[in-house]
This record gives sequence, C-alpha cells and structure tokens, in this order.
Amino acid sequence: MKEFFAALLMLTGAGFALLAAIGVLRFPDLLSRMHAATKCSAFGVSCVMLAAAVHFAELSVATRAIITITFIFATAPVAAHMIGRAAYFVGVPLWRGTVTDELKGHYDLHTHRLESNAPSTRSRTAPADQEKGGKVSS
Amino acid sequence: MIFLSFESLYGSISLAMLSGGLFLAFYRLVRGPSLPDRVVALDLIATISVAMIAVYAVITEKPILLDVAIVVALIAFLGTVAFARYVEKGVSQ
Repeated sequence: MKEFFAALLMLTGAGFALLAAIGVLRFPDLLSRMHAATKCSAFGVSCVMLAAAVHFAELSVATRAIITITFIFATAPVAAHMIGRAAYFVGVPLWRGTVTDELKGHYDLHTHRLESNAPSTRSRTAPADQEKGGKVSS
Repeated sequence: MIFLSFESLYGSISLAMLSGGLFLAFYRLVRGPSLPDRVVALDLIATISVAMIAVYAVITEKPILLDVAIVVALIAFLGTVAFARYVEKGVSQ
C-alpha cells in the first residue's frame, strides 16, 4: 500500500515535469513558457519528493523532502519574477495574439522603477514594442 | 539485482519520463530565440535534475542523495538570479 502511493506520487511528478518540458518547447512566447516551466516543474518536483518521503518512511528523509519542497516553492516564483522583469526591460517580443499589456508605459526604462500613476494612457493593443531595446544602459 | 523490485520498476519509468523532459528542455536551451528563453530552459533543466536525483535515491535505496538534491536546488536558484541580474543590468555595472 505504501509502495503504491509512492509509485503514484512519483509517476505523477515525473509526468508533470514532462508536461513542463513540453510546454517550454511548444509555447510561443517567453512569458507563457515561463508559466509552464515554473508552476508545472515546482509541482512535479514536490510530488517526487513526497514519493521519496513515503517510500523511505523515516523522519529524517521526510524532513529533507519537506525542506526541499518549501525551498522550491519559495524560490521558483522569485526566480520567475526576476527573469520576467529582466526580459520586459530588454524588450523580448510578446506573442502576436497578446490582447493587453498593462505594464506598458508604467516602467521608467532608465531608472527601472515602477510608477503607479504614469502619465501615459493605458493601451489596449500591444504589438511588440521593439524600440525599448537599447535603453537599458543607464 | 536492482531491476527486480517494484520501486525500481516505477523508478525506471519515472527516469525515462524525466529524461524525455530533459531532452526537450535542452532543445529549447539550444534553440531559444532570446537569452531569457535560455535562462528559463536552464532553470527547468536544474529542476528536472533535482527530481532525477530524488528518483535515483529511491531506486538505489540511498536517502543521503536527497542532500545533493537540496544543494542543487539552492545553486540553481542562485544561478537563475545571477542570470536575471546580468540580463537586466548588463556587464557594465
């Protein structure tokens, strides 16, 4: 019974990691690729760690597994946020089917600060704004 | 002898799936159009490596390998943050 739960958790985790890789390969955009890579892989790794904890059934192993799960769930959003912010400054093009870009005009591209009440109007259509490419050297 | 038990059976299947995911992420790492795409693929490769280490610890019955998984996760996070700062600010600062 214990081994059955371990097998179920481990196969589920490996399947979610495989789905994350397929999403990273197939999605058209950096942000959607990041959406696949961060959430799916964090869930997959935590399932595999829980499978290891169930399989060994010791207190020390379970503690290490829970520490790893907590660490991954704390660091994966931070890393994804930093990559997404850096990519937005560099000017990575969005997907052509993107409906809205609510950050457009709200970032000061020289000081890298977010302004909540920027004077520019909020644009509803977002073709990829390529002209902010070379301004990052402040 | 390790290929006779039940945990080696589902562990082998999980290792095969994780290897396929590693291959796909490596393809995105080679082909990625921009530098942040490659950073995302590298982060995914590190995360899948953590999962593979955990599966290998289950197959070989060595729970000491989970410490390696913790260290790999820590170093992957530090590398991703360093890459993000490099992409955002460049090498001049």
